[in-house]
Amino acid sequence: MAIATPAGAAGSSSPFVNPQKGLPDNVFLTTLNAASSWARKNSLWPMPFATACCGIELMATASSRHDLARFGAEVMRFSPRQCDLMIVAGRVAMKMMPVLQRIWLQMPEPKWCISMGACACTGGVFDTYAVVQGVDRFIPVDLYVPGCPPRPEQLIAGIMQIQELVQRTGTMQGTEFQYRNRPTGPAPFDADEIIRIREGQLQLTPLELPVSLKQAQTPTLTQATP
Amino acid sequence: MDFAALNEHLGGVLKSEAFRDNNRVIVPANRLEELMSHLKHVGGFDFLSDVTCVDYLEYPGATDRFGVVYVLVNTATRERLIVKTFVNDPAPKLPSMYSLWKTADWTEREVYDLFGIHFTGHPNLQRILCPPEFESHALRKDYPLKGRGERHNFPVITRAES
Amino acid sequence: MPVVASSLNPAASRAHTGGHGSHPREPVDSEYLWTLNFGPQHPATHTTLRLVLTLDGERIVKAEPDIGYLHSGFEKLGEDLDFNQYVTIVDRMNYISPLANEIAWHHTVEKLLDIKITPRCTYLRTILAELMRLHDHLLCIGAVALDLGAFTAFLYFFQQRELIYDIVEYASGQRFHTSYTRVGGVMFDVNTAWADKVRNFSKGFPKIHSEVDRLLTRNRIFVDRVKGVGVLSREDAINMGCSGPIARASGVVRDLRKDEPYLAYADLDFKVAASKGGDCYARYLVRMQEMLESIKIIDQAIENIPDGPVNVDLEGKSVLPAKPAVYRSIEGLIHHFEMVMPNRGFKVPVEEIYASTESPNGELGFYIVADGEPRAYRARCRPPSFIHFATFQHIMPGYMLSDVPAVLGSLNIIAAELDR
Repeated sequence: MAIATPAGAAGSSSPFVNPQKGLPDNVFLTTLNAASSWARKNSLWPMPFATACCGIELMATASSRHDLARFGAEVMRFSPRQCDLMIVAGRVAMKMMPVLQRIWLQMPEPKWCISMGACACTGGVFDTYAVVQGVDRFIPVDLYVPGCPPRPEQLIAGIMQIQELVQRTGTMQGTEFQYRNRPTGPAPFDADEIIRIREGQLQLTPLELPVSLKQAQTPTLTQATP
Repeated sequence: MDFAALNEHLGGVLKSEAFRDNNRVIVPANRLEELMSHLKHVGGFDFLSDVTCVDYLEYPGATDRFGVVYVLVNTATRERLIVKTFVNDPAPKLPSMYSLWKTADWTEREVYDLFGIHFTGHPNLQRILCPPEFESHALRKDYPLKGRGERHNFPVITRAES
Repeated sequence: MPVVASSLNPAASRAHTGGHGSHPREPVDSEYLWTLNFGPQHPATHTTLRLVLTLDGERIVKAEPDIGYLHSGFEKLGEDLDFNQYVTIVDRMNYISPLANEIAWHHTVEKLLDIKITPRCTYLRTILAELMRLHDHLLCIGAVALDLGAFTAFLYFFQQRELIYDIVEYASGQRFHTSYTRVGGVMFDVNTAWADKVRNFSKGFPKIHSEVDRLLTRNRIFVDRVKGVGVLSREDAINMGCSGPIARASGVVRDLRKDEPYLAYADLDFKVAASKGGDCYARYLVRMQEMLESIKIIDQAIENIPDGPVNVDLEGKSVLPAKPAVYRSIEGLIHHFEMVMPNRGFKVPVEEIYASTESPNGELGFYIVADGEPRAYRARCRPPSFIHFATFQHIMPGYMLSDVPAVLGSLNIIAAELDR
């Protein structure tokens, strides 16, 4: 595969090398993997899975001042079928997690995932019953962008890093993914969390009630929906 | 709203409280519908600002478990009134205010979802914030902040299988 | 991927379908109805909402919002964090105008604790609240325009948002979630350079505003998409609990800044924008007008901002001391320590209070139940988005599918505030 690029464009970061002096200036030799990764890296189509505050910073990254288009990743597509980079921006609640997993499965290979912001990475300040404590427990994540929310510059740095990752590890067939057959994130349960949940279950029946209610029937905590 | 006249209309079952600029009327649950209807049609409180609930399980000096709070506004005179009533376990139940104010639709559903108080006469009393398969009522005081493991109950997808 | 289809001539098709209320509901054979899932991941929802639309062709017969996709337990956290800590959480509630939430929260807390903030702080918070109103309306109008195909207005307005980000960043150190207010004051005082930044902004803003005004207000494409769409009558607006720009666009002239003046609004001269239309266009106009009024308020407040301390006096021991005092003097350190220790800081009554402010989106109220601890026993938020989104199912029947983004955008639904 020979790709015509202007002479001099092949800098140190370019995958294209021209070791053979006999060829014309606009012919380069490279591996298929490097060439396809180079093309992919410069035309990432992000899927903005923007749930909360980070979504607004994602908007800021894409709009006037910070202009993500300078880095070749501005084609935001809201259909997972057209995207190869998922940006999970914002906390993912327990009602949203199945949706996220389904959207991730719908994206075609090769695909990468950025977890943007403290909530997507770890749950952030929302250590509550409803918020998933890090999306990497349930879907694979390639890059974490910390911050609450990260500044647009920080997100741009993250996208540039994922471009480097694509260039470095990418293969034509996407074979680099098939070895990652184990979950990469932390386990869904921490040891102390299991203990806490068990203690919570034990506390289910005996209840601290106000004195006047002590005579009343013990309330059922998990009332069935009518 | 003249409290004395209101109390007389309801037969003297009301209690009144004031704190800073808030005026509260406390009504027994069985007279709630009558009071609210009177407040809307005679008192002119045409705007239901909010419906919420408090679980008084660990509250100092509390005698009832749940307090349901209605914040009313009279849009003509800009007057605010807070109506409060108490319900108790088991099976806390209140009449729905949906027929008087449509604001009550989602706010009552939220109270049902997070506290488990049933509103009889509500057209669509389903969970609104938590998923339908959620079993507890999250804002009750005996439900832990970090939940009972519901947030971990998902399949794990690895890179190779996706 | 649900696609928002646009009818060829929305104005003409609307003419015979009529609007909500005026439109006699034709009996439709249920066999012809189909269901469309709109969201939760959809560009027009901006954040995470789901609508289940029952359609007769392109006309909406029934619209059922399904929410809770961002329910994160804000109110449960409010029972765990103290009055100063919880400000970091309310920040994240309406994330397109974070400071407005902080001001509303501490307004309620100060009412509960009976703290009267200093005149300088009053004016400072007023300026910040109005900046946040601009912040919110800029994104709201920009997003409506973006959804209806006008990309330029969005970019123009986002540039102005970046300037506001700069201003709040200069004051607080964070551009987005500032966590700037404290009980009885703010984190840091501002200086004259900050005031100059605000003056510069308010000088430049009307130009951009008028440019967008010229781009949109009489733009045939835009007006056809929003005029007569999503009509909410005055009676419905009151009965459904609408407040803020949505209620004012329906003719309910109700603005807490005038009705129950808080902060410095009683001293400042401004008008309340209102309209009788009740449709998306009226909401757009009200928001545009409110932005000009906000600039007026900012101009007055920045010129009249009094000197003096920004926090209430430290002998009262109700506010956190300044950081330099904590680091450099033993008294400051002791004071800080006493404030953050449980049972040592605030004198909290065993009482309950509801207080509300006019946030950009409407009446943002907090109902705090206090049990004598320095944290709330129950921290209920009255979220305007939640109340406004409940109207959606009543507004929508009779309109076309392509009207959904216009109505959603003009109601300005913020998912984190909606679901908390």
